[in-house]
Amino acid sequence: GPLSERPLMEVRLGELHTWISTCDFSPQGLLGAVQRAWSSYCAKYIHVKQGGPAGISMLLAGYCLLSYGWNYQHFKRHRWRKYH
Amino acid sequence: MNLSFFDQFSSPSLLGIPLILISLTFPALLLPSPGNRWITNRLSTLQLWLINLITKQLMTPLNKKGHKWALILTSLMIFLLLINLLGLLPYTFTPTTQLSMNLALAFPLWLATLLTGLRNQPSATLGHLLPEGTPTPLIPALIMIETTSLLIRPLALGVRLTANLTAGHLLIQLISTATMALSSTMPVVSILTFLVLFLLTILEVAVAMIQAYVFVLLLSLYLQENI
Repeated sequence: GPLSERPLMEVRLGELHTWISTCDFSPQGLLGAVQRAWSSYCAKYIHVKQGGPAGISMLLAGYCLLSYGWNYQHFKRHRWRKYH
Repeated sequence: MNLSFFDQFSSPSLLGIPLILISLTFPALLLPSPGNRWITNRLSTLQLWLINLITKQLMTPLNKKGHKWALILTSLMIFLLLINLLGLLPYTFTPTTQLSMNLALAFPLWLATLLTGLRNQPSATLGHLLPEGTPTPLIPALIMIETTSLLIRPLALGVRLTANLTAGHLLIQLISTATMALSSTMPVVSILTFLVLFLLTILEVAVAMIQAYVFVLLLSLYLQENI
């Protein structure tokens, strides 16, 4: 279909910057994008009949990575600290 | 700068946004709403089972008026349970290690139970200050002791949760530091220390769940006395 209506996974790499230019970057647009991403994640991995630990584990792993990134300034000096 | 082991409990902030905000709101993502399907997925079924178990356990001793507290006590229980358990993942931040947060949870709820009792049944509430069958000479001393114990309840609730979680996290950090430090020089002792660390982590998972339960159970007990 037309470029602006295709989801991100079906956009080819070369068309990426054109696709981004058709995006709606207003607060409502961004909020809508976040909601759509979250509901498609839930629909694909969590709201399935025989879901396993995979859906939640990905969320937890993402949370750990986010916390690591948040504390990065503290961790990078770990080796050189005298008192841990 | 003499940074100590207590560094892990300072709320880190990136670009001015403290991590505690994310740590407080992340548990909400782990609880998807069941929607309007008749048979839900495994996660929602598990979650519903857990909520039913908690609500039944908390509300059985309470009379009908106390059932108005079901929502807040159950949601508090799930909140504390998830926050405590998420804090055991690597690199994460546990908001319940902050005394400010635990006191902010304990004090208003305790005060609500006390004011409910004083408003609806003042003489019965004040009667709790003197246990039945006390010998007469002991009465003044016992009233003072019971009043002190009543007033110290919110402090005890908050500090109990803080102290248990802080001590657990601190122990984990200490023992893991010891394991890493020993691994180069004495590997056998390092393996023993690793075993201790493994057992301690299991204990910490248990403590995380038990402390959340104790917090809410005590609040429901204080409610039972007063409602």
